[in-house]
Amino acid sequence: MRLNNGFFAALICGAIWGFIWMVVISVLFMLISGEITRPPVGSATLAGMLAAGFYLWFCSDDRNWFRDAVPGILVFFVLTTLSGGKPLGLDFSVATSWQILALALFIGVTALSIHLCLSGMGNRHLNRYQLEHLLIRMLKGVGFTIFTVVVALPFYVMIMTSLKSQQSLLANPLDFSLDFSQGLGVLFRSYIELFTEFNFGTFLINSAIVSVATVILTLLFAVPGAYAVARLRFPGQAFLSRSILLIYMVPAIVLVIPLYAVFSQIGLRNTLTGLLFVYPATTIPVALYMLQGYFRGLPSELEEAGLMDGLTRLGVILKITLPLSLPALASVALYVFMIAWNEFLFAFMFLDSVEIFTLSRGVVSLNSSEVPRQHLMAGSVIATIPVLVIFLWFERFLVSGLTAGSVKG
Amino acid sequence: MTTATPPRGIGPLARREMRLAYGMLLPTFIIVLAVVLGPLIANFWISFKPVQLADLRPASLLINERLRGNLVQPGDKAVLEYRIRNSSRDKKIESAGFRDILPAGLTVVGANSQCVQSGDRLECKLGDIDGGFRDRIRLDVSADQTYLSNPINPRQKKPDVFGKADNILTNSQFTLDNFKRVFSSSEFWTVLKVSIYYTIFGTVGALVLGLFAAQLLNTVFPFRNILRGIFLFPYVAPVIAVAFTWVVLLDPFSGTLNSILQQMGVVDEPINFFGQRSVPLNFFGLTIEFPVALTTVIAFEAWRYFPLSFLFILARMQSISSEMYEAAEIDGATPLQQFWYISLPQLFGILAVLFLLRFIWTFNKFDDIFLLTGGAAGTRTLTVDVYEQAFAVSNLGAGAAVAVVVFIVLLSFSIVFFKFSPEDDG
Repeated sequence: MRLNNGFFAALICGAIWGFIWMVVISVLFMLISGEITRPPVGSATLAGMLAAGFYLWFCSDDRNWFRDAVPGILVFFVLTTLSGGKPLGLDFSVATSWQILALALFIGVTALSIHLCLSGMGNRHLNRYQLEHLLIRMLKGVGFTIFTVVVALPFYVMIMTSLKSQQSLLANPLDFSLDFSQGLGVLFRSYIELFTEFNFGTFLINSAIVSVATVILTLLFAVPGAYAVARLRFPGQAFLSRSILLIYMVPAIVLVIPLYAVFSQIGLRNTLTGLLFVYPATTIPVALYMLQGYFRGLPSELEEAGLMDGLTRLGVILKITLPLSLPALASVALYVFMIAWNEFLFAFMFLDSVEIFTLSRGVVSLNSSEVPRQHLMAGSVIATIPVLVIFLWFERFLVSGLTAGSVKG
Repeated sequence: MTTATPPRGIGPLARREMRLAYGMLLPTFIIVLAVVLGPLIANFWISFKPVQLADLRPASLLINERLRGNLVQPGDKAVLEYRIRNSSRDKKIESAGFRDILPAGLTVVGANSQCVQSGDRLECKLGDIDGGFRDRIRLDVSADQTYLSNPINPRQKKPDVFGKADNILTNSQFTLDNFKRVFSSSEFWTVLKVSIYYTIFGTVGALVLGLFAAQLLNTVFPFRNILRGIFLFPYVAPVIAVAFTWVVLLDPFSGTLNSILQQMGVVDEPINFFGQRSVPLNFFGLTIEFPVALTTVIAFEAWRYFPLSFLFILARMQSISSEMYEAAEIDGATPLQQFWYISLPQLFGILAVLFLLRFIWTFNKFDDIFLLTGGAAGTRTLTVDVYEQAFAVSNLGAGAAVAVVVFIVLLSFSIVFFKFSPEDDG
């Protein structure tokens, strides 16, 4: 056995993985099974460390499937011994099948992580390059795990809370196990109540109307404007193409008091029409900016050919420019839709009557001590799902469209 | 022989193009002027006015009309009574009055100094009336056969009121009280400080997380696109949904995170993430007050907006040519050296732009803190203060004054940024 920095680095690496996976998997186990435990994190750390040391020592050359499996087996035995026969801190008779699954998962991912980090390292002295490579692998692995957990956990909690009852959540906030035996009607009780008693069907329709109308209005205004800025020569063109985005920097909160005052006096305040004045005004500048960047990238020869062949400007825009910029239009439409769907401030300030609430406004009205928490979460799920589905559908467009304007080759 | 001179001025073709361009931009100009620039200026105007939320409804005449008496036969008499009230307790209405249309066949008999009937129209002039004014006008009316065969209650036709009420928003009464109030309040400087902390740390947090996430996804592996989609969720989901989810998740009594922390033995007592102003921390005998709620809202800000910076940084990274890294690899540069000497300088432009944009947007942010804490526990930023002053305390003028402060701070930030920003960060 040779002791050198490679060996110690491997031990640290194994310890970190043992620790992280024990924490992540035991939390997952608690959330899914509903059993409460204090996981033996120290034992898991030690088990991961030993497995990593073993991996480096024996597995580096002349490998076969048995030797690949040895670290995993080692993890299992060390963990079980050190934790006194309770590898998850629980008696094995409790939630046995979940425990076996969690344990198998822990052993599998720990061994896999150690393998991915240490493969090709060898039990030898590492120079700075190799050490940093190990560090990068480690950081990437840990980063993936933590990012995924941190991003996914709130959404998981959102969905699961909406399916639980207030009492069971207060009794054990970690228990997100679903009881299907009570029937789907009980499971989805919050959703059913939201749609039957809290008008969420109306809110959904209002949100859809406002968002789609905002998209249409924005495109109607922004397409000609963007075309003019991108293609036509006029005094102030350069200034406009650069400064239009400044409008987007004006804080909404500064606009809200005057708009509130004026809209109250002319009777636009408590109406969806009022929102349809405000939303497009805030989205047109950014839409115009994105579109003009795209129009500029189109070959102007095509349009000139169209003009030569006797098309009017309008004809050129409708028959040549727009069909060529469908991807950009889609991404702008999606972005504007997202802004309008998610908008909170103006909906909150302007809308008072329940029958014209948008979803944002409707969910806020659920935030009171009289409405149980699972209703609030169910409302959040209802507000989130449409925009997420549309986003996943068109993700490719959005990503390319959003980043196209700013990124230079 | 004449020498050819280049054309001067704008030719007819160029003029037509110009006119077309302005025509196409006109709708955008109008709506931006009406909904963004107009209100921006109006906000300055309101900030110098002593205007309360209740003043938005100007004083007006409220009229209740009823017919007293039985009309059975032609010639029967009854009393038409108008009860009049000024809706405002303290503001007067000048040359007030109302016009009403009487049902066919109903005639005013007897004289009344205020009301004149011509045909079926009735016009009553009340002159100037004070705030809190109440009165009734009684008119004797008689009915003929036309009315009796088709009796219409006069109430069905609502009287039109007229009169000039002073509208606080448009009159020429100005005051500096709003600004005095804002600047003399002991809270103001705390609020400004919290805003700046929130903006700086929220921006840096979102950028650092975005940079890290972009490094993770800049390699090719299975499910990369799915993972990228998931990483964008916090930004795509509605703010109300994710904010309330955080509130539920971090709840001190029924929150999942506190249970996890307690279960793992990290903390003994649940942490009130959004309700606790600060907790004393001891570092080597040095005690500092750690702001819990502010840190949590900053963490939320970084969590929610890292996807945006991640997206832009990733796009930029994918456009860096791989040859540079290959050359560095051959020269023996370590991974961290490659990141420090190749990636970061290449990313500097996009990082600067993102910092600028995120800085401004974070400073402008209202929804997040409002939904998470409502500005309690030391998290009140300037934007939340605008809302608090204008709508919670119902003092529109003071709210507008804070909004003016917001705008001026923002403007000075922008000027500093543009002065010191490198040339080519477009």
